[in-house]
Amino acid sequence: MKRALLFLLPMLIATPAFADGPIPVTLQNHKFSPAEIHVKANTPAVIALTNKDATAEEFDSTALQVEKVVAGNSSGNVRIRALAPGRYPFMGEYHSSTAQGVVVAK
Amino acid sequence: MLSALLIVFREVIEAGLIVGIVLAATQGVPRRDFAVSTGVLGGVLGACLVAAFAGGLASLFQGSGQELFNASILILAVMMLTWHNVWMASHGREMARELKAAGHEVVTGKRTLAALGVVVGVAVLREGSEVVLFLYGIAAQGGVSNAGLLAGGALGLAAGAAVSALMYLGLLTIPAGRLFQVTSGLITLLAAGMAAQAVLFLQNGGYINAWTGTIWDTSWLLREDSIPGRLLHTLVGYVQAPDGGQIAAYLATIAGILLLMRMTGRPQPARRPQPAE
Repeated sequence: MKRALLFLLPMLIATPAFADGPIPVTLQNHKFSPAEIHVKANTPAVIALTNKDATAEEFDSTALQVEKVVAGNSSGNVRIRALAPGRYPFMGEYHSSTAQGVVVAK
Repeated sequence: MLSALLIVFREVIEAGLIVGIVLAATQGVPRRDFAVSTGVLGGVLGACLVAAFAGGLASLFQGSGQELFNASILILAVMMLTWHNVWMASHGREMARELKAAGHEVVTGKRTLAALGVVVGVAVLREGSEVVLFLYGIAAQGGVSNAGLLAGGALGLAAGAAVSALMYLGLLTIPAGRLFQVTSGLITLLAAGMAAQAVLFLQNGGYINAWTGTIWDTSWLLREDSIPGRLLHTLVGYVQAPDGGQIAAYLATIAGILLLMRMTGRPQPARRPQPAE
């Protein structure tokens, strides 16, 4: 199995290509801004998340299949796969009462 | 306090189910408690380290350090689970036939015990680092009193441990003769789910960019972020909308483990070398 996977890996690895640059999103006082992010349908995108809070947050979305920790006062890139048109909610898992957002693919 | 309880509970059951399966799979092996508790302890220490250096870890490998790290430890766990199953397939039969305390076999048994200790460590580390980050976050914020935070965390820990213990005790009601079959089946599915998750991390880190299209979506039937969905995610790798890469990794892992078990588990072992040693 491991050998088979290793054999497959080179075929799957390619340099990422994105239509546009990263989409800037800021997290402050445990709220995302903008909280609604628009992406082109069927095109991968990158969210450049800047966490302006002092504590870490986990960008978490089952719909987007992403779990990414961004430490306090730092930033991180969240890769969004090519999405079918629709709404994909996400949240900051550690402050889910306020940190809510949605990715809209059109 | 309630949010502390919920988050701790969720992460503890996810790691606890894996610990329960490992405990059931090593039933009757001497010194397994030592291996499992070393794994838990190592996992907790590792979780604290990962949480403390979350920022530094994330900035490695052009910002994909976290994904690469998660994928690596998951692949390590998959390899350890595979090794255990394959070793048990080739030696388990003899172990069951002879007395459990049959000296030399048991000594070799300690080797895969260490492998399972690593699996426990990885499970605790992954879920534990989220708990540490979360609890540190609320503590630093000072919104909740430390007493409430501690109470919530302790209750979550207790509830998660109770669910895991139930799982373990439930497995022990299976007759000893069939327990091995059940645990090796569970371990195979556990490994497959972890392999699929490792592929997801590699995709999210930008290392795999093919086969990322969703193949099916069963979120209408069972939401992955519900409690039953999370349990199934941990146990059998349930994903509500898997992509091609995840499905391929899942199936390849099951096929690989079954194939290796069959190759080494044949009744006429003299003809073939035993790579699982």
